[in-house]
Amino acid sequence: MTAAPLLSIRDLSVDFVTPRGRVQAVREASLDVAPGECLAVVGESGSGKSQLFLACLGLLAARAATRGSARFQGQELLGASAAALNAVRGTRIAMVFQDPMNALTPHLSIGRQLGEVLLDRGLASPLEARERGLAALQGVGLADADSRLRQYPHELSGGQRQRVAIAMALMTRPELLIADEPTTALDVTVQAQVLRVLRRARRDGLAMVLITHDLGVVAGIADRVAIMYAGRIVEIAPVRELFAAPAHPYAAALLEAVPRLSEASVGRLRSIEGQPPAPGEIVQGCAFAPRCADVAEICRREVPSLRPGATRAVACHAPRIRPDLES
Amino acid sequence: MSEGGLWSEAGRRLRTNRAAVVAGGVLALLVLASLLAPVASPHAIDQVDWTLSPLASPPSLANGHWFGTDSNGRDLFVRVWSGTQVSLLVAVLATLVSLAIGVAWGATAGYLGGRVDDWMMRFVDVLYALPYVFFVIILTVVFGRSLWLIFLAIGAVGWLTMARIVRGQALALRQREFVAAAITLGLPAHRIIARHIVPNVLGTVVVYATLTVPQVILFESFLSFLGLGVQEPLTSLGRLVAEGALEMETAPWQLLVPSAVLALLLLCLNFLGDGLRDALDPRAD
Repeated sequence: MTAAPLLSIRDLSVDFVTPRGRVQAVREASLDVAPGECLAVVGESGSGKSQLFLACLGLLAARAATRGSARFQGQELLGASAAALNAVRGTRIAMVFQDPMNALTPHLSIGRQLGEVLLDRGLASPLEARERGLAALQGVGLADADSRLRQYPHELSGGQRQRVAIAMALMTRPELLIADEPTTALDVTVQAQVLRVLRRARRDGLAMVLITHDLGVVAGIADRVAIMYAGRIVEIAPVRELFAAPAHPYAAALLEAVPRLSEASVGRLRSIEGQPPAPGEIVQGCAFAPRCADVAEICRREVPSLRPGATRAVACHAPRIRPDLES
Repeated sequence: MSEGGLWSEAGRRLRTNRAAVVAGGVLALLVLASLLAPVASPHAIDQVDWTLSPLASPPSLANGHWFGTDSNGRDLFVRVWSGTQVSLLVAVLATLVSLAIGVAWGATAGYLGGRVDDWMMRFVDVLYALPYVFFVIILTVVFGRSLWLIFLAIGAVGWLTMARIVRGQALALRQREFVAAAITLGLPAHRIIARHIVPNVLGTVVVYATLTVPQVILFESFLSFLGLGVQEPLTSLGRLVAEGALEMETAPWQLLVPSAVLALLLLCLNFLGDGLRDALDPRAD
């Protein structure tokens, strides 16, 4: 990577203090997001992928403890004051959430919700805010944008609401959009629409973090993929290289688990044997070792560190390929 | 995009609710009567009609006492409407006071959460623990009796429950994604509370407020009964009912007339509150 990263996360850990003990949701995660790139973060439920970015924006519950560093254009976000965070949130980093049904305030019309940030910041007059709201709705491909402005969230379908939420996030023309499973709650045809909207938004040089568990989504939009397992990043690679040759056995297993229509034997879907470690469970060595086909003796003793190569990095004692040794 | 979008929508829905419209109309008539009758009537609230014998006259068109007179020969028509006026005034003002404090307090505590929430709600608990009749007695002893003191005393007590209700709702709303979305948009806390929390608790608040109004009317009559409420010759509905109850066997109209007005008032408030709750829910259509 040549350009200075937009978002730079180093050794970020998130712990939740629960009555049953400490749960490590994210463990020493490090990654960079370059200006204009789309990084997909893939993992199962509970792998910490959402928590990692919620932590960056200061959105975690009060009982969460974070360590490490997350810098946005050099500015530290972890532990920053609400005022400092508010200077970054909304105007420079925006976020879209999973559930479009809850993402909009039920008692404000679409137009007022869209314009709220601009008006609050004094960035626009009410008339300008309306114009920009209109343009934003057209930008996400909503028909009848003019009448949509006067509607309330319950009058829209899930896909329409999600597009409004994306339009709202893009109102202030941020440099980075974090989309937390933006298509998970939608049905497949609507998913395609929303992905098209996200792809179109990227044309203006918007960097994006796409949190998902759907590898199909990743293939269509991302430049690079980070795969998380049990709170750790196990592999980061350009999307093409990962799909061609996954280095981490978990990444390989994930790819094998994607159902393909071309597959000759339409038999059982392939799955990964076993379960990920329960939250709070202390695992000695690599967390994936109990489910790993390539497990070696060292895997059960030592946590593999993320070894960076030229374009990709992997955290495995016995990777399928060794990116750090490739020329 | 108009500022009153939500409320004009709500008003339109309210007008389609027949029970609420009728209740609103009757309530308006009651309010109008309470304002006009004491002025228009030839009698005054403290004027004894010595021409009567006995002094307590049943309702009659002939002697001009349409609702009859009380045991002291004072015109009940003017006293009932003047009492309605006082009761409504106390109820509405005290409810507004408790609404304003309770919503602001509860929404702030619930939204901010954590230690701020703990301290704010412990303060409410402490005030709750004070026996409030005792509290009102102290207030009246220190400041002397006045109508304003009653607003203040009832409002000061009423906001506690309101704060608890709103805080519970705000606590739940805080977890919703639209609040998270508002935070990621970089909106400051006071704006999120005002625009995303408070409007969403208004439905509950309105319903609770319509329950508070009759409660306050009853509490005021209780205070009046103890001699801490409004003072003679001023009266309130609660007071008239209490006085009428004493003469129930000999002069039943003294109980029935103020009771009927009180019941009508409470009924209308309840219907209107129900209608408002439905109208304020934008999913109603």
